[in-house]
Amino acid sequence: MSFDSFAEFLAMGNHGVYVWSAYGIGFVILLLNVVSPLLARQRYFKNEARRLRREAQQ
Amino acid sequence: MNWTWFHKLGSPKWFYQISGRWLPWLSVCAALLIMVGLVLGLAFAPPDYQQGNSFRIIYLHVPAAFLAQSTYISLAIAGVVGLVWKMKIADIAIQQAAPIGAWMTVIALATGAIWGKPTWGAWWVWDARLTAMLILLFLYFGIIALGHAISNRDSAAKACAILAIVGVVNIPIIKYSVDWWNTLHQPATFTVTKKPTMPIEMWLPLLIMTIGFYCFFAAVLLVRMRLEVLRRESRTRWAQEEVARQIGRGV
Repeated sequence: MSFDSFAEFLAMGNHGVYVWSAYGIGFVILLLNVVSPLLARQRYFKNEARRLRREAQQ
Repeated sequence: MNWTWFHKLGSPKWFYQISGRWLPWLSVCAALLIMVGLVLGLAFAPPDYQQGNSFRIIYLHVPAAFLAQSTYISLAIAGVVGLVWKMKIADIAIQQAAPIGAWMTVIALATGAIWGKPTWGAWWVWDARLTAMLILLFLYFGIIALGHAISNRDSAAKACAILAIVGVVNIPIIKYSVDWWNTLHQPATFTVTKKPTMPIEMWLPLLIMTIGFYCFFAAVLLVRMRLEVLRRESRTRWAQEEVARQIGRGV
């Protein structure tokens, strides 16, 4: 462990703002990259299900 | 040499089946490696003797920058495969990998700017490495835009493949920019040929994060490509069966 306390870990030796904002941006972008294709996949199957139901009714 | 795997790879159905088997492993590897790398890099690596704790941004910055460049090289390789062997899967790979590569370039540029402020005193300088990375971002934008702008899929695939191949000239410029020009950007942290000059507690998290990012890329790429394969193959029997199976599972 290179920090003595959790407060020191958060402070990052006065560089906390820089380190945590960088990791914050990185986290948001990675999350976006995971969530958006999964949502697109779900949307596709939902649309296909709706299309199949419509075709079955006709 | 046996080339059947190469021809099989061109078959969307085969790709869909094999990628479904790899996907869970890649996802688990990516999550584990990134988590372990984060903890080691943020909490256990010693602070840099010059930069203090701001250097910890390296564990995000360098893997993203590596991945941004490797993704572009793989676009170019897929471009060659698509042009030479007319494999449709190559175009799917280009279209689906380009947005991920663009996002990785954004991470590299953004974290670089944040790291630059306490280290150089400026968010941005028109330095060779930084400018070349910005050009990489624009190349990604170009490929994405070109892929959407041309409505004929075969023409779009050809145009994107050519842009990917031509743009690869930027990659050695990025790599050697820190050697060719006098720049603020520090030279490479990692080289394949030399032993790392930093202690193991510092470079091991970087290695773990880099491998984690590659697994992350592979997993996300497969999810994106599998959806695109289903869309493009929606007229074939196997794709319709797969869609029916997924709907039945209540996805």
